[in-house]
Amino acid sequence: MPPASSRIVLAKLGLDGHDRGIKVVARMLRDAGMEVIYLGLRQTTDSIVAAVEQEDADAIGLSMHNAGHLTLGPAMLAALDEAGLDVPVIIGGIVPDDDRPILDDAGVAAVLGPGASAEEVVTTVRAAIDFASAGGDETA
Amino acid sequence: MSLRQVPIDQVIERALNGDRRAIGRLLSLVERGGDDAETIETATHVRARDSHVIGITGAPGAGKSTMVARLVAAFSAADRRPAVVAVDPSSPLTGGAILGDRVRMAEVDTTAFIRSVATRGHSGGLALSVPGSARVLAAAGFDPVIIETVGVGQVEVDVTAAADTTVVVVTPGMGDAVQANKAGLLEVADIFVVNKADLPGASDARRDLELMLELSHVTGQEDADHRPPIIMVNSLEGDGIDAVRTAIAEHRDHLVTTDRLQERRRKRARYEMRVRAELAFGAHLQRRLGEPEFAATVDSVAQGDDTPAAAARKLWQPYA
Repeated sequence: MPPASSRIVLAKLGLDGHDRGIKVVARMLRDAGMEVIYLGLRQTTDSIVAAVEQEDADAIGLSMHNAGHLTLGPAMLAALDEAGLDVPVIIGGIVPDDDRPILDDAGVAAVLGPGASAEEVVTTVRAAIDFASAGGDETA
Repeated sequence: MSLRQVPIDQVIERALNGDRRAIGRLLSLVERGGDDAETIETATHVRARDSHVIGITGAPGAGKSTMVARLVAAFSAADRRPAVVAVDPSSPLTGGAILGDRVRMAEVDTTAFIRSVATRGHSGGLALSVPGSARVLAAAGFDPVIIETVGVGQVEVDVTAAADTTVVVVTPGMGDAVQANKAGLLEVADIFVVNKADLPGASDARRDLELMLELSHVTGQEDADHRPPIIMVNSLEGDGIDAVRTAIAEHRDHLVTTDRLQERRRKRARYEMRVRAELAFGAHLQRRLGEPEFAATVDSVAQGDDTPAAAARKLWQPYA
């Protein structure tokens, strides 16, 4: 049996049609040997929670290019918390430097900005999965 | 607390009671194989027998996922509890995969259960774990369980061994009557769907399939009690979806009333037993080949003194 691949759900949360970046990231993660469950545009926190449950995902990657990250990021974490899921959330896209600490404090595992290399993307995702599976953000 | 730390018996119990996270977890363990997968199989096999397993197959881009999304909505509207196992290919180079079937299924009600599966190196249109995944979903109370294969060409017909009813999706422009009469995919359909039936050439596709079925009648190949219906569908608009749902139900009735359901399930049993045995036996032979008693034989084939066929016989004959 081959070793189990990591599974990550990638989604655009909310009203945001900029999906070029997330498709590039999907390809980067695929080429690193991960199974990418691609949900596409106009997802809701509910649809992402349902997908994470059904797909038994190890991580969630959200692409944000509409300045909604300070609202939607914490909303995603709250929805996961409510569902009892302790899956790391990684946000990619346009996030001003000043907002990063706010997202960190809210519990976002990592933020990846424009220009992140494939290596950086893969390393960040792997680290977030490893940290969570080691019980890094254990919830009751 | 993560389900990964919960003992498997408890995860199974929760899954059988409909806990969706637990079901998702069991599906991962089934995909991984090994002892846990066998424990899950023991707990789910007999409970799974009442669900109707439907296979949906066809070429890449034929519109399988979009049609499955519509079909799921139609089953939900009819008070059924559908689940989907949607298979996409793994990269042969890196093992990674982009599982994109959910993109087409965004409108599906979250009460349906959709699982994306990567082939993980298996050819034939499915992943090895798919029959086991279907069992978990059926045992958890989902009915029907819809298996969507990867986009297939002509000969990847594993799904017929995993499903009770096989739906083959074709599109206008798939080729002429000669293509329709080639062996393979078209032979295994219980139901044909001509998807994208609003496009030019749809009636030609229908005619070619009808002609092919006529010839099956002439040569005596057809199941005398069931001629596969050909249903014209436009999945984007939802046209024809109810007809597909009805045809699937009628085929199920046909299988039950003619005892062909048991025949198909015996076929499935043989298939699964053979695949499991091949895996185990293959691993065993691989170990044997590395043992000192075969070193001389391996050398003689490598040097040209012995043929591969004769040497292979020494390897397998003790078991024949």
